[in-house]
Amino acid sequence: MTNKIKNLADLRELKDKLQTKTKLRDKSETSNQLVQVKVAMATCCIATGSRETMNYIVDELDKRNIDAVVTQTGCMGYCYAEPTIEVTLPGKEPMVFGYVDVKKADEIIEKYIKGGMLVEGIIPVNYKKIDQ
Amino acid sequence: MKDLSYHILDIVRNSLNAGASVIETIITENSHTGVLALTIRDNGHGMSKNMVERASDPFFTTSVTKKVGLGIPLLKQNAELTGGTVTMESAKNQGTKVMVIFNSDHIDMIPRGDLALTFRNLISGNPDRDIIFRYRLDEDGFDLDTADIRRELEGINLNTREVLDHITEFIRDNLAELDKTTNKKSI
Repeated sequence: MTNKIKNLADLRELKDKLQTKTKLRDKSETSNQLVQVKVAMATCCIATGSRETMNYIVDELDKRNIDAVVTQTGCMGYCYAEPTIEVTLPGKEPMVFGYVDVKKADEIIEKYIKGGMLVEGIIPVNYKKIDQ
Repeated sequence: MKDLSYHILDIVRNSLNAGASVIETIITENSHTGVLALTIRDNGHGMSKNMVERASDPFFTTSVTKKVGLGIPLLKQNAELTGGTVTMESAKNQGTKVMVIFNSDHIDMIPRGDLALTFRNLISGNPDRDIIFRYRLDEDGFDLDTADIRRELEGINLNTREVLDHITEFIRDNLAELDKTTNKKSI
């Protein structure tokens, strides 16, 4: 017994519902107006919970009606501060945050993405590793 | 890595980094022999023979941001703790296949973990790649292929919460159904 898509009717129903939603959004968006979030997703990140962080961010941005692109990236080299994410607000420099668990992710969405306010946990761009 | 679902996320990420457009994950479980086979294969840019040999060396990596590569070594450790194995086949510009054998009745077998969350994550981060997941338990099983879903949704991005919810539910329901068919408790 192998059932492909469990309920095709479900998926079609979903399609109709989503088409209206997508149309509404299309008007407002071009890619450089979107918030971009990159979640580091290498072995070190996964082991510390970046999967949960990323799933949370994807869900919450949608629930809070923020148009954003959330993607995965490789190791950013801040293995001591995983999970790490990089947030780029439209027209701004990318900002890297460390130790982003679900609670921190909520704070970043509310304060930085929605309000433009800086929050604790930023990893400075000029940060040098100990051995350098 | 705490469970199988994290290992799968980790290894599939390797395939994505290798530029694969199709990544297939197959789990085949045999409740009579207690063997769980995990195969992940992709059509990415592949590895040279030398690289395949060195992939299980924790101090070998292609990364420029760090000096260690722990994905395969950690997987190998968890497989070998159950008396299992990890083997890899790869050909330049054709793709890579990672095959893992676990003896799932062994006391050191890692839990299955939340496979639905792993695939939800992979699909949300890579909505344009073809991600295939097949699960077999003895005679039963189910298949998920994002190419099918994409065709059905006609242009709607898979990276939409409702679609991701649908996929998560699909995997969870099917796994729950499969667990019922054996006496084995869900791990």
